[in-house]
Amino acid sequence: MKTWKRVAFGLGFTLLLVLCWHVAVALNPTSLIPGPWAVVLGIWELLEKGLLLKYVVASLFRVTWGYSLAIILGIPFGLFLGSYRRAELVCNPFLQVLRPISPLAWIPIAILWWGVGDGSAIFLIFLASFFPITITAMNAVRNVQVVHIQAGRNFGLSERELLQQIIYPSVVPQLLTGMRITLGIAWLVVVAAEMIAVNSGLGFLIVDARNAGNRYDLVIAGMAMIGFIGLILDSLVQSLERKVS
Amino acid sequence: MSAIQMHSAAAARQVATKLVVENVCMTFGRNGRAVNVLEDISLTVREGEFLCLLGPSGCGKSTLLNIVAGFIKQTSGSVLVDGQQVTKPDPRRIFVFQERGVFPWLTVEGNIGFGLRHLSREDREQRVAYYVNLVGLQGFEKAYPHELSGGMKQRVEVARAFAVDPDVLFLDEPFGALDSITRLQLRRELLRIWETEKKTILFVTHDIDESVQLADRVVVMSARPARLQRLVEIDIPHPRDISSHQYLSFRDSIFDQLGLAHKV
Repeated sequence: MKTWKRVAFGLGFTLLLVLCWHVAVALNPTSLIPGPWAVVLGIWELLEKGLLLKYVVASLFRVTWGYSLAIILGIPFGLFLGSYRRAELVCNPFLQVLRPISPLAWIPIAILWWGVGDGSAIFLIFLASFFPITITAMNAVRNVQVVHIQAGRNFGLSERELLQQIIYPSVVPQLLTGMRITLGIAWLVVVAAEMIAVNSGLGFLIVDARNAGNRYDLVIAGMAMIGFIGLILDSLVQSLERKVS
Repeated sequence: MSAIQMHSAAAARQVATKLVVENVCMTFGRNGRAVNVLEDISLTVREGEFLCLLGPSGCGKSTLLNIVAGFIKQTSGSVLVDGQQVTKPDPRRIFVFQERGVFPWLTVEGNIGFGLRHLSREDREQRVAYYVNLVGLQGFEKAYPHELSGGMKQRVEVARAFAVDPDVLFLDEPFGALDSITRLQLRRELLRIWETEKKTILFVTHDIDESVQLADRVVVMSARPARLQRLVEIDIPHPRDISSHQYLSFRDSIFDQLGLAHKV
């Protein structure tokens, strides 16, 4: 299917849903949910006050730091664990216990260690991203086919050439997929972290709009922006994935 | 026949020895118990010979091939190629896995040229083109393995092995995962390539027909622990007529050797 056709289908259905939402709210005026037009006005209001850009930048800033730190530390660590069976035996239990703890459970500790501010939020995003990317990297190495390594050795590759010509190309596609999934997680967690640990960002916008006079139009405006930016981030990594493979 | 003629005939039969397996034993530790996989295997492979190792699944013939190729260390005994001990894999002796050995991140060209890094770009391209032709993959040079059928992937692996001009090829049930029609075609192609390139081939299979169709000699191995049961010299010239009396009698004698009934 052509790209414009795929986009048209997806966009068309979304617009249809928004239209239903508009009609439903117009026919039954309710305080339970604002209509889409009110949300658009809300976004406009945030734009005019300069808050939208400021909050988006604040959220992206935290995600960039937390996520990048996790990638920079997690990938080498995971590759190391995947390469050395003993290291994995030592570290795996500890990883498996820490992994299922929701990053949100770390919020009190994060605030205790880093105070209310960017530090806490970045720390939480780092934690949320570190475990999945480490485990992806570990599995990526373990999934390198033994026959490929044997074939490489058979053709007389040195250890270094083996790393460059066999291990690297086997591992990279899996790492990219892992990075994409992890970015999604990081973006999920930034919102939660900002609700509690800081006073700026899209997550803060949502709690703040509710606390300051039940502005549910702004709540949904914030939610819409989160979804929209999440989509953009995902397609960015996806295009990177396509470029490499 | 004069004495000189007789002498040269004997000399021709006395082909150089390529590979010697001497008293090789292999024991694996499994759940704290030692399992004997290979028991005192000795055999000699001649230069340019097509030798099949035939035996039931799991009998240890693949283990033997892996030892001979230098991937596994035997428990005792020795393997000599051209009089030299085998201690590790060597580009002069290439192992062909079932099609799983093809690198999925390289194109057909990239795979076939994998062992030719040391050549100049021009020579490499020329060689790759030659072997692409030899295995009939023209038009697929830029294709990735996931775009190919199982038979085509196997052709890529065979071409990759031949491209580095090795002395010896080890094939571990290379056609086992293919459908029977493709398998027959590939056997014919392998024989054709072997006849033009004159390599020594060790071919592991559990398919009696395959071994009788391909090999100069068939080494029949017993179930675990594997021992050599019998060496069958198949002196039918290629191409072999697989409905001829001669062919069938070889096949049937191996059937009997393995204790198999002739009826299904």
